[in-house]
Amino acid sequence: MTSTSFAAPPRAVAAAAPRRRRNPRRYDALLGVIGVLGVLALSETLSRTGIVNPAFLPPVTEMYSTLFSLLGEHSFWVSLGETLRGWAVGLAVAMIIGIVAGVIIGSLPWLKAATHSTIEFLRPIPSVALIPLVVLLYGTKPQSALILVVYASVWQILVQVLYGVADVDPVARDTARSFHFGRLRIFRSVLWPTSLPYILTGFRLAAAVALILEITAELVIGVPGLGRDIGIAQSSGAVAETYALVIVVGLVGVAVNLLSRFAERRLLWWHPSVRSES
Amino acid sequence: MSLTRIGRRAVLTFGLPIVLLAIWWVASAGSTNPFWPSLQTILQAFPQTWTWDKVVQDVVPSLSRLGIGFALAVLLGIIGGTAIGLSPRLRALSEPVLEFFRAVPPPVLVPIIALFAGYTGSLGKIVTITLGCLWPILLNTVEGVRGLDPTLTDTARSYRLSAWRRFAFVILPGASPRIFTGARQALSIGVILMVISELFGANRGLGAAIVQFQRSFAIPQMWTGIILLGLIGVTLSAIFKAVENRTLAWYVGQRQMERGE
Repeated sequence: MTSTSFAAPPRAVAAAAPRRRRNPRRYDALLGVIGVLGVLALSETLSRTGIVNPAFLPPVTEMYSTLFSLLGEHSFWVSLGETLRGWAVGLAVAMIIGIVAGVIIGSLPWLKAATHSTIEFLRPIPSVALIPLVVLLYGTKPQSALILVVYASVWQILVQVLYGVADVDPVARDTARSFHFGRLRIFRSVLWPTSLPYILTGFRLAAAVALILEITAELVIGVPGLGRDIGIAQSSGAVAETYALVIVVGLVGVAVNLLSRFAERRLLWWHPSVRSES
Repeated sequence: MSLTRIGRRAVLTFGLPIVLLAIWWVASAGSTNPFWPSLQTILQAFPQTWTWDKVVQDVVPSLSRLGIGFALAVLLGIIGGTAIGLSPRLRALSEPVLEFFRAVPPPVLVPIIALFAGYTGSLGKIVTITLGCLWPILLNTVEGVRGLDPTLTDTARSYRLSAWRRFAFVILPGASPRIFTGARQALSIGVILMVISELFGANRGLGAAIVQFQRSFAIPQMWTGIILLGLIGVTLSAIFKAVENRTLAWYVGQRQMERGE
């Protein structure tokens, strides 16, 4: 595959552009595809012509053929599964802790005032500071990654839940109270719908952070997963495989982003911010 | 503010942290578990471990790499983000590519950059930090520029402000709330990358020092490193907040007025 075969389509499309402007969304999607192909073609050219040493940046076609041969290997799927499991378990634990703690702290003003300084202090502590400690405690077991993932993501959710609970309309809350709603009923019909958008924002932020820390733990500590495979491939000089695995991790990241956006749309279909978009 | 209110605030601010530290102190006192030394031991080890020489040798290089990398990312992110945000065509062209690069967890940059430059010098580490911090700033700048009030930009244009003045007085301030949002995300990614970029190869630096303590089972020293790293994280975030509050004072005020507070 040469670079000219990639470069040809943009001109043809540019000529056809005015006619398609009636459907801007499709036109934008087309431009996006061209952008992706352009970057692939550029990096292929840089590598093939030797402008960038192919020992550092193999041709894209080689990365993808390595990627496809990886897809046939059992060990690849095991690693992918381990990464996804570590991410999902850590995120789920962080969600539960964050939501429960957030609702309790947020509903009791004195508790919120008393914990504010502590939360603001603990939140910016970088999760990676805990790496030496978890290495001592758990070595390369998945628990090491779990602790890092949970510590990093729980604050994202907790803080959003606190915002959400604070956003509850006082009139709605007082109305529910004067109708003698029970605590559970107030939670379900007043607190939950108000804070759900915030919780989902927290979920979106936490999902991305959790993936970063899961991969970090694998790469740095050697917890089994795609991150560890990248480290091994790199140190053993399997350059194309290193890139292929990085591409896979990037695609996992894209999938995580799409998933959290999808969840927001799905669970907030009734919310004005989602309804106004469609 | 009356004295009782000041007292009340002090209790609320410092009460829980003091209680937690006291619990840690008491619970760990006389600890024989090698992994959990007593808080007293850790605090005694702190001044011995982080002497002036050690700080100059390990902490200063780490922080300056973070500073340079972060500053470069802010600069490139704002320039690139403004260009992409102003041109709908460029935005459509680059959006999927940028979405992919943003989704790549930044730590995997380390092995890739190690392929190019090895990983012993400062250059590779600075490049890692810059690339990791770039995407949140870039994408938020794009959104900020897109969300500019069209009345403002049209007015600027009809007054024939030069491109540079439009950028400095209309676009940049208008997009700054979003730029700060991106920069805040980037800062925490930058700290992560500062630490883990030092864990590869033979290195000096804060992250390298802490792992060195752990490997040689100097556990109280390791704990002092964890605490120091925590303090650095807290300090950086406080500095960031102070800069943000100063720069965005007009924005916070405007929002309060809109909400009728």
